[in-house]
Amino acid sequence: MHGAASEPRVEERSATTELSIHCNGLRKTYDDEVVAVDGLDLEVRVGECFGLLGPNGAGKTTTVEILEGLLSPSGGTVEILGRRWETDERWLRERLGVSLQQTNLPDKLTVRETIQLFRSFFTEGRDVEQVIDLVALREKEHAKYDTLSGGQRQRLAVACALVGDPRLLFLDEPTTGLDPQSRRMLWDVVLAFKEQGGSVLLTTHYMDEAERLCDRVGVIDHGKMIALGTPKELIDSLGGSQIVEITLAAPPSEDAARDALAASLADLAGVKASRFLTGRIVLTVEHLHLALPAVLGALRAEDLELANLSTHHATLEDVFVTLTGRALRE
Amino acid sequence: MSEPSKRAPPRSAPVSVQRARLNAITELALSRFRLFYREPGSMFWTFGFPLVLSIVLGIAFRNRDPEPVVVAVESSSAATLARAERAREILAKADDVKVKVLPPAEADAELRTGKVSLVVVPAEGEAGYAYRFDPTRPESRLARSVTDDVLQRGEGRSDAFAPVEKTVTEPGSRYIDFLIPGLVGLGLMSTGLWGIGFSLAEMRTKKLIKRLTATPMRRSDFLLSFLLVRAVLLPIELAPLLLFSRIVFDVGVRGNLLTLALTALVGGLTFAVMGLFLACRAENPQIVSGLINVVSFPMYLCSGVFFSSSRFPDAVQPVIRYMPLTALNDALRAVMIDGASLADVSGKIGLCAVWGAVSFVLAVRFFKWR
Repeated sequence: MHGAASEPRVEERSATTELSIHCNGLRKTYDDEVVAVDGLDLEVRVGECFGLLGPNGAGKTTTVEILEGLLSPSGGTVEILGRRWETDERWLRERLGVSLQQTNLPDKLTVRETIQLFRSFFTEGRDVEQVIDLVALREKEHAKYDTLSGGQRQRLAVACALVGDPRLLFLDEPTTGLDPQSRRMLWDVVLAFKEQGGSVLLTTHYMDEAERLCDRVGVIDHGKMIALGTPKELIDSLGGSQIVEITLAAPPSEDAARDALAASLADLAGVKASRFLTGRIVLTVEHLHLALPAVLGALRAEDLELANLSTHHATLEDVFVTLTGRALRE
Repeated sequence: MSEPSKRAPPRSAPVSVQRARLNAITELALSRFRLFYREPGSMFWTFGFPLVLSIVLGIAFRNRDPEPVVVAVESSSAATLARAERAREILAKADDVKVKVLPPAEADAELRTGKVSLVVVPAEGEAGYAYRFDPTRPESRLARSVTDDVLQRGEGRSDAFAPVEKTVTEPGSRYIDFLIPGLVGLGLMSTGLWGIGFSLAEMRTKKLIKRLTATPMRRSDFLLSFLLVRAVLLPIELAPLLLFSRIVFDVGVRGNLLTLALTALVGGLTFAVMGLFLACRAENPQIVSGLINVVSFPMYLCSGVFFSSSRFPDAVQPVIRYMPLTALNDALRAVMIDGASLADVSGKIGLCAVWGAVSFVLAVRFFKWR
């Protein structure tokens, strides 16, 4: 499961019409030097919520903006709802909902006026009243944008994306910087949209958000897809459900010695994988009750003193760290 | 959060494409209008500022009775004291002379600092006076002429004839009559360039233009909505200024009001389109305000807002004549002061329209949407 290429092409039957998004070999370079997106393949099925994960600067927003038809790619093909931007822009615009990473809506327009403005651009769409209720902004209906909280603003941005009754919704970091309650309210909106048959592409760097909302996720780094699958598949790919992190009081100073130490732990009972990462030994473990005594015994035998030890359930974050050696938020 | 509906939401009834477009333009224009009147600053610059400017300038340049000339009579010694006193008596009788007697040192000091414009020095031992003044100062030359006239007559000169004086103060030829059309033109330029240029740049900074292009909104609708709002606001902007100058300064409109309205509309839209053009690529309000200053400042000075553009040297006249504000101001003055007809000013209006058309083509061509 390392990289898109090794991902089995699920459902070969998929005619392009059953895909909301289909892109192949997507590339975007700036000034022929900076490579933002480097040969990305992506398929999002109809009715699916797909999460694009990756650290800042990985190429998430560039990818999304190409798919939204706001940037043109330097190479590769893009099909949205079976159509292409070059030939069917109007048709597509009528059927997509977009929420950009940072949208500042006009300060002095009220919630209702803003939604009404966006509604007027679509020949068909949802009722303004219904959208206000959908994003739970009824109480703030007549409040101006500059008086809204961060969560309310973000819900208004999503309302503007939903008011055209889209078949595909793009959400670029919809909950970044929001408090937990605001995030949950937004999740409800997305889940309701999905339940009605809509497709969603969202980017995030919150793992809990991806696990809660996404049917499948793709991890991208340096403009490439480095892992693809359901959240469970990706976590399972680690080989163990528990992560043990050990910090030594005096770790070996040489890389070779560190790697040798990590390798020696990998063979212990219950340990699936072991590596030295960012100053710590990180173990992927299947059976904690077997692995822990064995690891502690091995370290004691080497006369290595522990400075810290912690365990947690494996998450997508661990998948990312394992794949790249970097934390997701770096 | 209320329980999300499980049913697919009803789509509101499809409307015809034409009606949808009209709806979009209306909503865009309504939004612009709301943003305008909810921003107290823009309200002041559009409505308040021209009024304040016309009040201040109207007061500064109002028609006044001519100031009397101020002269000093020098009394240096007992010998000339009687003659100095006689000169003072003669001068004091004249309405347009203010006179005082001063010792030489003080008289010199007051002349130097401009408190008096001329010093009359009784000649020692003989009849007659000497005048001490600076001929490079207009008020001193005036004082010499007036003082000499009064003293000569007082000492017995008789005039060859008694002139009949006819003074000109009727409306139409005063400075304020010249100023108000200039202020109207200036207002049309400022609100067009600043009002549109600034808000566009702000929208781009906030990535709002990008957000709008991610919808099916037609770009022409977006640009048209700006012009539509300007056209609607124009009469609301101009009426108070014209009404005010009519009531307070008695500045009327000699020509046809419709001709004036059409001239103002073309001028206003021209500058609105120029605002669109200047902001068509600007990433932030700072850049656009720099551009607007570069474009508007020469017109502010040269296009005959506060004084006639003909005061500039002949060499630059062709340039000045083709500036849009010069054409607009000339047309406005022709209609307001001389009662010119639409045909009379069609050349000037046409020149404005050309500026507008060229700017529009360039704005659409180079507009940065994303």
